[in-house]
Amino acid sequence: MTTLGSDFKANAAKALADAELQRALLNVKRGFVQKRVDAKARLPEFDTLRDEARAIKLHTLSHLDLYLDYFERKVADSGGQVHFAPTAADAREIILKLCRDADAKLVTKGKSMVSEEIGLNACLEEAGIEAVETDLGEYIAQMRNEAPSHLIAPIIHLNKETIAEDFRRSHEGLAADRTLGSAADLVAEARAVLRQKFLAADVGITGANLLIAETGSSVVVTNEGNADLTQTLPKMHIVIASIEKLVPTLEDACTILRLLARSATGQEITTYTTFATGPRREGDADGPSAYHVVLLDNGRSEMLGGSFNDMLSCIRCGACLNHCPVYATIGGHAYGSLYVGPMGAVLTPALVGIDHARDLPNASSLCGRCEDVCPVRIPLPSMLRAWRERDFARDNPKFREKTALKLWAYAAKRPRLYHALSGAAVKLLALLAGRSGKLSWLPFAGAWTRNRDLPAPEGETFHQLYAKRTQE
Amino acid sequence: MSGSQANRKKVLESIRTTLGANAPDKWREANVRHRLVTHPSGTIPARSLGNREAGLALFSGMLASQGAEVTRVRDPEGVVKAIAAYLAKHELPSELRLSEEPVLVTLPWLLAPKLTQTYGEPSASDAIGLSRAIAGVAETGTLFLVSGAGNPTSLNFLPETHIVMVDEGDVVGCYEEAWGRLRALYGEGTLPRTVNWISGPSRTADIEQTIISGAHGPKRLFVVILDERSP
Repeated sequence: MTTLGSDFKANAAKALADAELQRALLNVKRGFVQKRVDAKARLPEFDTLRDEARAIKLHTLSHLDLYLDYFERKVADSGGQVHFAPTAADAREIILKLCRDADAKLVTKGKSMVSEEIGLNACLEEAGIEAVETDLGEYIAQMRNEAPSHLIAPIIHLNKETIAEDFRRSHEGLAADRTLGSAADLVAEARAVLRQKFLAADVGITGANLLIAETGSSVVVTNEGNADLTQTLPKMHIVIASIEKLVPTLEDACTILRLLARSATGQEITTYTTFATGPRREGDADGPSAYHVVLLDNGRSEMLGGSFNDMLSCIRCGACLNHCPVYATIGGHAYGSLYVGPMGAVLTPALVGIDHARDLPNASSLCGRCEDVCPVRIPLPSMLRAWRERDFARDNPKFREKTALKLWAYAAKRPRLYHALSGAAVKLLALLAGRSGKLSWLPFAGAWTRNRDLPAPEGETFHQLYAKRTQE
Repeated sequence: MSGSQANRKKVLESIRTTLGANAPDKWREANVRHRLVTHPSGTIPARSLGNREAGLALFSGMLASQGAEVTRVRDPEGVVKAIAAYLAKHELPSELRLSEEPVLVTLPWLLAPKLTQTYGEPSASDAIGLSRAIAGVAETGTLFLVSGAGNPTSLNFLPETHIVMVDEGDVVGCYEEAWGRLRALYGEGTLPRTVNWISGPSRTADIEQTIISGAHGPKRLFVVILDERSP
């Protein structure tokens, strides 16, 4: 999985100082948050649907082996083929072989986080196969050799001037003095360039927002229509999806689709929602002649039934990112992982191990907004706490924290000692602060006081004040 | 055992192990079978449960709010006239690429002599596509289009302007009703290669969250509702 350097603190500091990023992040607040509020207000059944969607996902997860087996049979019935991939390497190998068998030179791609997770583009390029992202945001991210910084708005960190520079550099053979001043100019140019790729591609690879066991279908939602051109025009359509994308029936898909766009962008529904089932049928006017679904596990099966089981019900809407004060301040790249924001901070340690993602569960103030807006009610804050506990319980070098907590626990269990110590500390702090009533430096808390003062206590503890008050 | 069989076994066994379901369990199997056979609906939004007029108004209103133009005509002559008027109004080409839906083929095209009709799979140069929706869903202004003989999916995406005709009788309240119609046509658990839900013209907001029409698919969507019961 792509990791971008795991030093969260250094990344965050860099993000805070990045004026372009800070300007761009304002768009998250202005756009997604209010639009979701409006969409929810227009659908009184929204919260009921959240309960139902959660129940659908948890039911499916607890019967996942059986539904996968049924899904596989339905795909085969419609002329397609399912491939199970235990690891990212297995998935790359399967897809590379399919592309080679199809004699592919050019592959178009719909947006897929799982494709990023397995590092598919690099693998195809290495094998001499050109892989082109066709979602506009992903296309620009690919051009810049960057990972997406948001689940559904991959280049939310960029301004249009930067993108115009990228286009001038990358799109060869166009007039140097052409106008690229507006978003519309940029979209028109990308449309023209990518249209040629769509028409020439040998294989189209898409992700899946949902897989449906009942019919053996893969479902992709877009506003651009890029995934449709990707999966309709080439001779082979490959779907790469993780195992937890499965739902039992078309009705279950409806319930989740009623939540997905509303939670993500505040739209009632995405412009395009496409159900693909097998290859083109006899007599069909167009469509791919081969259809393959690659099902990625990559650590997910081990999450089932445990503390992080519910994380597998995530539908990747991005609402938890949009509402996270930490994400809104530093953007996606600072997390140093592919999956970012609250969902990423829970999922990443489960996929790569807490050893490689120790900072992520701490990249949260646990304010709880993520859980409040999650369409499938994933208890993200308590899962973040669970990761912190696990990290803490390990034999790790956080010696200072552990010792401090042990000392505090020792005192807290002995009220007399605690009162004596806290009384002394309060007096000392008041003395140190003097007339100003503020402390500008504290031992062991230099990082905290560097940017702000600590208001000093007034010389007595709560218990002392309370005792006085009740005597009066 | 082949590599792919070994991979399959590895994933399914890992799932069964963490779920504690290594032995066959008829209760679990019955749960799955029951759900697949009964495919129960979740909560249907009340907005989609109105009468005929309310449903059609909701359908048109949702589509319009998502950037489509919508018109309602009384007869097949009206469909042809509406298409000709739409193309003239937007100063668009008059060469239509049509799916081979009998209803579209037999429209009284002679009423609009300037329009030309070509059938079959579209090419990249076709400017105007005309399709027929198998259903329309009022709840979010969503058209259901299906692939099939004479009904190329690429027609919905390649031309810059997409015109879709839908019969008033095919407009239903919610998605589940539309699936019910498809089940009746194709059988339980079976779908055509592609079912496209289309709820507006193609758009993107990837650049600074500015909404631009015509990202990769059609820049314009025009929906003609044929309503022979219209007063």
